[in-house]
Amino acid sequence: MFEQVLFYVFSGLVLFAAAMVITVKNPVHAALCLVLAFFSSSGLWLLLEAEFLAIALVLVYVGAVMVLFLFVVMMLDINIAELREGFAGYVPVAVLVAAAMLVLLSTIVGHVNFGVDSIQGVAAHASDYSNTKALGMSMYTDFIWPFEIASVILLVAIVAAITLTLRKSRQTKSANPSNQVAVKSGDRVRLVKVPSEPQE
Amino acid sequence: MPEGILTITIIVIKILAIMLPLMAAVAYTTLVERKVIGYMQLRIGPNRVGLKGLLQPIADALKLMCKEFIIPTGSSRFLFLLAPVLALGPALAAWAVIPFGSEMVLADINAGLLYVLALTSLGVYGIIIAGWASNSKYAFLGAMRSAAQIVSYEIAMGFSLVGVLVAAGSLNLGDIIEAQRGSLGILNWFWLPLLPLFFIYFISGVAETNRAPFDVSEGESEIVAGFHVEYAGMAFALFFLAEYANMILISALTAVLFMGGWLSPVSWVPDGIHWFFAKTGFFLFLFLWFRATFPRYRYDQIMRLGWKIFLPITIVWVMVVAAMVVWKIPPWFSS
Repeated sequence: MFEQVLFYVFSGLVLFAAAMVITVKNPVHAALCLVLAFFSSSGLWLLLEAEFLAIALVLVYVGAVMVLFLFVVMMLDINIAELREGFAGYVPVAVLVAAAMLVLLSTIVGHVNFGVDSIQGVAAHASDYSNTKALGMSMYTDFIWPFEIASVILLVAIVAAITLTLRKSRQTKSANPSNQVAVKSGDRVRLVKVPSEPQE
Repeated sequence: MPEGILTITIIVIKILAIMLPLMAAVAYTTLVERKVIGYMQLRIGPNRVGLKGLLQPIADALKLMCKEFIIPTGSSRFLFLLAPVLALGPALAAWAVIPFGSEMVLADINAGLLYVLALTSLGVYGIIIAGWASNSKYAFLGAMRSAAQIVSYEIAMGFSLVGVLVAAGSLNLGDIIEAQRGSLGILNWFWLPLLPLFFIYFISGVAETNRAPFDVSEGESEIVAGFHVEYAGMAFALFFLAEYANMILISALTAVLFMGGWLSPVSWVPDGIHWFFAKTGFFLFLFLWFRATFPRYRYDQIMRLGWKIFLPITIVWVMVVAAMVVWKIPPWFSS
């Protein structure tokens, strides 16, 4: 009963936030709505006893990725009204694409595969069940190769991103930390003995 | 459902039993800070309100409550009001999993460490939203600095926690404390085998809470007060509360993760909640001591420290800890 209420609250929040992401005018508000959507879906995952995934979603997407998103969106002064001009012209194409996606998605996650009668729901685990441990066990034994391949692909993506953005033209001034650390007081300060005025 | 109502009542009472002393602790931390820094700088600190200035926090709270609440023109009103709540909420919610004694914990969840890490990473939203919603250049600069700093130090912090969970073999904070129990007392605690991670965790904690010497987001001398420059009255007080609640939280976590929480430092003295409070108090004192001692870091130095020094050290030391666990190095990992 209580879980059902929670489920509908979180699902409602996800739908509301997702709709807001694409309808609000201000891009910063849209990014914040996306944060709310992530947060509510992590609540849904918690209801499925997938606490590791739920917390990792908050930690990675809400705590890091969306912060950087906000960072960028806040810096750019986007005029959304200008972007919206000529929006109506794309409506037929958009409807076509949306309809195609709806058909595709419903064949996969439709009631045939994901109906109430075909999914038993998650079996309740004992209180000492650790989702993190179960996940780690299967990830590092049964799925070790896909896991390692995925991590190598991510590494390649990181290297690629860095090489694409790292331009050698040095326009900015920057200090060399090792020079700064190596400085001794003798390099910067000179003590000069000044003879005092003769006392009267 | 009388049973359900009873459970909820008990939980609410427990929450109050944590929150009320915490709020009092936050209020009096402000006084202790002013007193400690005062004495370190050969002053007396506040000494007029009440006996020896003991009523000063209450006077401050009353003053802030009576102040006018100003919403700047051109600000994003809803977000401007939401930001202080978002700053304070995670700082308080994280206390749910902190074990005060062997059975004294509100929510004894398996993924306690992850929960704490996730919630501490949410605190940054209050700061960024405050900076952006204020529609002020100074506030925005402070928010930008703070966001970059918190995201950077979170990584080093996360890796130190990885070291702790490798050593303890559990994400549950109570189990992490139990894993530090041993006949040698203080030498069995994780601060010794995890010494670099211990230092890095605490320093990153200071950076995460935007405290001196990492308080560039406030930077009084260059951006007047950073992200909360436009806030007045109670909204400012909420930011203040969040900062101090976060300080106490980081101190308590350091005590739990590296200093054995409620375990006694020597085997012939019984364990108890007072040890937890003593350790938390010690780390809280370190925060104040840092503030009185160190000049503020320059921004590029903060970034360099986080990315180029702390991150490599933590990654290397996680490997070292894993090796110690695999080869069962006594006295910490012999079982």
